[in-house]
Amino acid sequence: MRTVLPAGTALVESASWGVMGSVDELRAAEGPGKDAQNAFKVRLSIKTALGDNAYAWDANEEYLFKAMMAFAMRRYSSKSMTQISNVLLCNVTDRVSFWFVVTDSSKNVTTVPGSEVEAAIRMNRNRINSAFLLSDKTLQFVKITSTLSPPVEPSTPVWLIVFGVVLCLILAGIVFLVVAGIHQHKKKNIKSTERENLEEKCEVTITVENGIPCEALDLKAGHINGVFAADDERFTSL
Amino acid sequence: MEKSRPLWDNPLQFVFACISYAVGLGNVWRFPYLCQMYGGGGFLIPYFIMLVAEGMPLLYLELAVGQRMRQGSIGAWKIISPYLCGVGVASVVVSFFLSMYYNVINAWAFWYLFHSFQDPLPWATCPLNRNRTGYEEECEKTSPTQYFWYRQTLNISPSLEASGSLQWEQVLCLTLAWLVVYLCILRGTESTGKVVYVTASLPYCVLIIYLIRGLTLHGAVNGLVYMFTPKLEQLSNPKAWISAATQIFFSLGLGFGSLIAFASYNEPSNNCERHAIIVSLINSTTSIFASIVTFSIYGFKATFNYESCLNKVILLLMNTFDLEEGSLTADNLSEMKDYLMATHPREYAQLSPQLRNCSLEAELDTAVQGTGLAFIVYSEAIKNMEVPQLYSVLYFVMLLMLGIGSMLGNTAAILTPLTDSRAIATRFPKEVISGAVCFINCVIGLIFTMEAGNYWFDIFNDYAATLSLLLIVLVETIAVCYIYGIRRFEKDLYTMIGRKLNWYWKLMWAFASPLLIISLFVFYLTDYILTGTLQYQAWDATQGQLVTKDYPGYALAMIGLLVASSIMCIPLGALVTFIRKRLKRESVSTTA
Repeated sequence: MRTVLPAGTALVESASWGVMGSVDELRAAEGPGKDAQNAFKVRLSIKTALGDNAYAWDANEEYLFKAMMAFAMRRYSSKSMTQISNVLLCNVTDRVSFWFVVTDSSKNVTTVPGSEVEAAIRMNRNRINSAFLLSDKTLQFVKITSTLSPPVEPSTPVWLIVFGVVLCLILAGIVFLVVAGIHQHKKKNIKSTERENLEEKCEVTITVENGIPCEALDLKAGHINGVFAADDERFTSL
Repeated sequence: MEKSRPLWDNPLQFVFACISYAVGLGNVWRFPYLCQMYGGGGFLIPYFIMLVAEGMPLLYLELAVGQRMRQGSIGAWKIISPYLCGVGVASVVVSFFLSMYYNVINAWAFWYLFHSFQDPLPWATCPLNRNRTGYEEECEKTSPTQYFWYRQTLNISPSLEASGSLQWEQVLCLTLAWLVVYLCILRGTESTGKVVYVTASLPYCVLIIYLIRGLTLHGAVNGLVYMFTPKLEQLSNPKAWISAATQIFFSLGLGFGSLIAFASYNEPSNNCERHAIIVSLINSTTSIFASIVTFSIYGFKATFNYESCLNKVILLLMNTFDLEEGSLTADNLSEMKDYLMATHPREYAQLSPQLRNCSLEAELDTAVQGTGLAFIVYSEAIKNMEVPQLYSVLYFVMLLMLGIGSMLGNTAAILTPLTDSRAIATRFPKEVISGAVCFINCVIGLIFTMEAGNYWFDIFNDYAATLSLLLIVLVETIAVCYIYGIRRFEKDLYTMIGRKLNWYWKLMWAFASPLLIISLFVFYLTDYILTGTLQYQAWDATQGQLVTKDYPGYALAMIGLLVASSIMCIPLGALVTFIRKRLKRESVSTTA
């Protein structure tokens, strides 16, 4: 655990904050004062974000962080003359978390109010994140909650579109089947009435027996045997 | 000219129709739960015994009756004995109740299907609250998948009494579901026969895809090992045997009249004995197949949640004690926790309420069944897969096919008696009758789209069909064996199929199956009586979980009405026939 404490600042209290950098500890060490309110805890999760491409956190990275904070303050307020030396880091842990304050050298070495720092960070969050190749979740300013980006909402919900497509297909299918059914029904009706008419006609003109019209049959045929009928005279009368 | 009865184009359509009807949502969401609760792999023993003793014989009986009598349920039982027309009517009433509430599941499946075409899936993350500083409160307390189900799909009210208004999105989905069913049954067996090719085979394709995907998921093996290790001591628990019997009974869809209706469209010489064995075996195999898929999904989900829980604990400890990243891993977590507790006791004690004990067994032990499994657990697993949209679409299409296949059977059970009765069939064409049935069901089904609709759904699901079916099938078996006469039935079957009836079937029909059903019936009755007041699970939005509440008076009355209206048909039918015969005899004797 290293502490980076420039001499002469109001923050130098104890080098033995221990492993804990919790807010309670800080307040206990310094009491509720302006400095405690204006200090922010930062937490980086480099390994989680970058995996194998993770860089080590060293003095150069801290220098970059101070530079980014100074940049953010300058960008936020054009009057600001924040230098890199105005940004003070302390209590850097192995976790890669630390506290920092921004001092104002023009106003008698006081710390810049926390609200200003917060506003500056919010405005430039994207730039700060990309400088470190991190995101809102992996570069955390513990007191500053990020506004979550809303999901993209199309003007018509997607589900209604799919619903409409399926509905049209089903309705088309139903209409087709119903119309085809009515068509078939009509055809059947026409066929059955035609057949009925045909049968009626046949009954009036021809009586049909076994498929052969009756007129063609000799009705007497089979009742009288022609062979015996001719020999009637041979028999003598009694 | 007499209209001949429409027939299936080929026996394969009949088999597919029966499979499509029997293989339904119960195979996917009920059997895995039972398997898990009653001894894992050991549950297969009572399951198969019940299949052979109860499932196959009763299925064969219904198919044989339908094929022999060539009428829907009302006509078929009237032929067996005029006093039994009430049994047919009871079947139709139960099928009517079932089709009322069952199609709501299809509506939900449509809803989820339509929402699967988004990236990210809507149930993957919580929606933001009004001032965009965080997530919705209710969603924070529970999980995004549960929030999507209870709030965005059902918009559930806190209790049964608070009915709320109709949810127009659900009304649209329900209407669509009924239109789809209407399209499939519009032309009777002609259209149904073609549709069942798809509804029977598509679920298997999806299950195979899911099996391959499921088995290759990280942590799937945990689920399979945990669930399938047989806990044979559960075999001594009578509940295991009763659940096996109940599952076989309801899974095959006996007693609704659908099987009789399907078989009535068969050629008289169709070998229904072989088909009965095939269908029941396929149904059971599908249950086991689906539970393999479900258990691997469970394993994946449990492992995922367990690892997330561990990661949360690690992050919390790292942030609080400012430890180096990567120093805390899953392996050294317990040692590090002890070390931190020893070195920094005060801070650790402050932190301990937030530190949950992550346990893989606890995650695996959460046994879920029913709509909870299908819509919450599965969607939670799907959102964590790669290309979740594809798997989501496949899964909900499979649910739809299973649901529509069962709906075809239900509506066939209602429509076949209607189209058989000459009074109705001569006046209205088939399309109008099916349309009227679908329309009435849709309008009544709007109850289930209200805010309290899911509670009514649970009432119908638990009580509409259970007791009544047991009684119906019992009366059916006794009627065929003892009233119609088993020898007479045997002769009929011999003329139909050309094979002698095996002694095994006779034994099962005459003794084993009725005894089993009576014992199930007695068990259910004693269970209802012993539990006293009936209770239901209500969703509490403030806590983000389910709470148990008592049913109000009118809900209990509704339950009683549901059960009584179908059971009463049996004695009422006998009574009405008796009175009619008496009146006819009297009028004949007065005129003679």
